[in-house]
Amino acid sequence: MTTAVETIRDEPLTIGGRTFQSRLMVGTGKYPDMDTMVHAIEASGAEVVTVAVRRVNLDRSKESSVLHFLDPKKIFLLANTAGCYTAADAIRYARLAREAGFNDFVKLEVIGDEETLLPDVAGLLEAAKVLVQEGFKVLAYTNEDLVTALRLEDAGCAAVMPLASPIGSGLGLLNPFSVRTIKRRLHVPVIVDAGVGTASDACVTMEQGVDGILMNTAIAAAQDPVAMAHAMRLATIAGRAAFLAGRMQRREVAMPSSPTKGMLD
Amino acid sequence: MDVVINGEHKHIRGGTLLEVLEELELDPRAVVVEHNRKIVRRPALSEVTVATGDAIELVHFVGGG
Repeated sequence: MTTAVETIRDEPLTIGGRTFQSRLMVGTGKYPDMDTMVHAIEASGAEVVTVAVRRVNLDRSKESSVLHFLDPKKIFLLANTAGCYTAADAIRYARLAREAGFNDFVKLEVIGDEETLLPDVAGLLEAAKVLVQEGFKVLAYTNEDLVTALRLEDAGCAAVMPLASPIGSGLGLLNPFSVRTIKRRLHVPVIVDAGVGTASDACVTMEQGVDGILMNTAIAAAQDPVAMAHAMRLATIAGRAAFLAGRMQRREVAMPSSPTKGMLD
Repeated sequence: MDVVINGEHKHIRGGTLLEVLEELELDPRAVVVEHNRKIVRRPALSEVTVATGDAIELVHFVGGG
């Protein structure tokens, strides 16, 4: 199935000197199996795909890493520092990820709270500064706080990634105002990361004018991940198109769409 | 010799890091090696010799968001 996108005039998304056609980025976690993951990524149309760094399982040395199923020539691997609770840990994971040899991009996460997985912004800023110094292109996962977003931009991050709602919650975009404010004030790309639950969430998020959206659980945990990946692709395109089109003004009273003149006596 | 690999106490034949990977049947192109908290780049794996008590971390990419 194709999507009529030829009417949209849009710039491609550029982050840290790399250009991407798709504004949807997807994760690779929590899929029921690798085959479903591969097909879902394909259906999503995403070019940027996130991966995590973990210990090799020594007891099953034949166990394949996720790279066995993903072609790094076709997709752009974005390593994350998921699970890190200190700046030092996140820096360590980022360095290990870069050593894998694909690129110098990192999705920086420094988590501050186990229950909500909300970011530790002090640790995040500290790690971002170090990694930028080391030449990393840092995409910083943060909350929807403008001041933190500004500081991350000042620190040299290649993109700032405010959350829609907590990781894996599926609650959708809880604070459109804050995300819009961040987008309005920052110069680097703003990619909303985490919290999307279904296609309408992705669409509403993109309608705020942000540059892109990253999601994992919304696709991986859907009843049919491949079908949901397709829905997310369309929703991301639709939301972006609606943003570019410019929505009508909201009004508190009705206004007829049909002429009021020419009515019968 | 006794070393700690990925947090587990292991008894291995030893040698260089490259030889340790071979002993563990791991493809050196598919893992990143940290030796006593220091990353060892692939070309240097055959130049670093493991000693008793060393801590080795072997990581790779897994699914994540």
